[in-house]
Amino acid sequence: MTQFSRKVLALVWKDMLSEARTKDIFTSVFVFALLTVLIFSFALEPGSETTSLVAPGMLWVAFTFAGVLGFGRSFVLEKEHGCLDGLMLCPVEREVIYWGKAIGNLVFMLMVEVVVLPIFYLLLNLPLDSLPQVVLIVLLTTIGFVSVGTLFSALAANTRARDVMLPILFLPVVVPLVIAAVKSTGLILQGSPWADLWSWLQIILAFDVIFLVISSLVFPFVLEG
Amino acid sequence: MATETTPSTLAIEVEAVTKAFGPRLVLKGIDLALDRGDFLVLFGPNGAGKTTLIRILSTISRPTTGRVSIAGFDAKRKPVEARRLIGMVSHDTMLYRDLTAYENLRFLGKMYDVPELEERIHSLMTRVGLAPNLHQRVGTFSHGMMKRLSIARAFLHDPPVLLLDEPETGLDQQGIWMLTETLHALGSEKKAVVMTTHSLEHGLRGGTRIAILARGKIVYQEATRHVDRGRFSEIYRECTEATR
Repeated sequence: MTQFSRKVLALVWKDMLSEARTKDIFTSVFVFALLTVLIFSFALEPGSETTSLVAPGMLWVAFTFAGVLGFGRSFVLEKEHGCLDGLMLCPVEREVIYWGKAIGNLVFMLMVEVVVLPIFYLLLNLPLDSLPQVVLIVLLTTIGFVSVGTLFSALAANTRARDVMLPILFLPVVVPLVIAAVKSTGLILQGSPWADLWSWLQIILAFDVIFLVISSLVFPFVLEG
Repeated sequence: MATETTPSTLAIEVEAVTKAFGPRLVLKGIDLALDRGDFLVLFGPNGAGKTTLIRILSTISRPTTGRVSIAGFDAKRKPVEARRLIGMVSHDTMLYRDLTAYENLRFLGKMYDVPELEERIHSLMTRVGLAPNLHQRVGTFSHGMMKRLSIARAFLHDPPVLLLDEPETGLDQQGIWMLTETLHALGSEKKAVVMTTHSLEHGLRGGTRIAILARGKIVYQEATRHVDRGRFSEIYRECTEATR
């Protein structure tokens, strides 16, 4: 294992341990995502054709806004008691902090999604055979969310209006990703073949790669203000 | 652990450092040179730029112009190498409240690649008098205990350069004595130390050199042994009022 990855893992371990004690991020993100799905499910008849048309939008509204909530907490917790300064004092490239935080955010988001997705399927009586494909879309889209969310949460944490700033910065940038995720999830639920999904999947993959690279490069400047 | 440096290299070298936040110039050309064993105490009123200077020395913040080098490593070109040589105690503890003292130090030790980490943690915790609290969550510590742990944190990788930014903040008189004793017990006199403080008495007792920073400039600098302690508060008032 390289020095870089060892230090990234040390940071992830620290965040996991802290989260395991407080459940600060998980609880807020999970409750928000679950409530959103639950409230929407009351408006629709489970298993109907309308449900499979509207369900992708519901799912991604829940995950997108839950993400905003989770990312917002990740750097705010570091700012408390000067811990972010302590992290910036460490003899590591700033990119280590970005990747450590991004992997931590990814794990938290996936943990929430792993619980919320089956509930979503159950409440709306969606076809279970589509689940593996939806899981793939959720995984790839969450990587995109995390790549942007981690960068902007560091930026927002340095501002006074941090709670307002993160959604203002984050949501416009992830619009293409959300559209691609909604469209591809919709196609999967309608039973479309893989070939129809491919163009949306390409957008998601391109977004992931572009924003992981850009965010990692820009992060040191954001952190040092 | 501390990287080897050539004997001729100064521990801290600051040349013509300025720092602007938007149109506001906070530091207006700071020059400093400290060797190992030097203990510079920096006095100054609120807003003089003390914390900004410490943040620049620690590489947390970048100067607008000018150069900082730590034991010969340019803070801009070789920030990782420079950071490895710096320990810092701030008015913030920089400790994770939800983790235990051991977990805080272990995480940090991994980030600094501290060899024989377990022994180092146990030895430091004993020296700062917190060995019985090793596996206690930091959030349950008193302010004095947190301060001692933040000192252990700063000494974990045995840095040759120590930055103390108002370390006595929030401590009572007994706490300040404890702080001074702990720093001495850990061998701060063998390091290059820069300390900012508002306490004239504490600063005059601890340092080998003193300086007054006012309105972004060092307006007074002298070896502590040459300072008339009885007159210093008057000198301080003159220096800070002259720049208002």
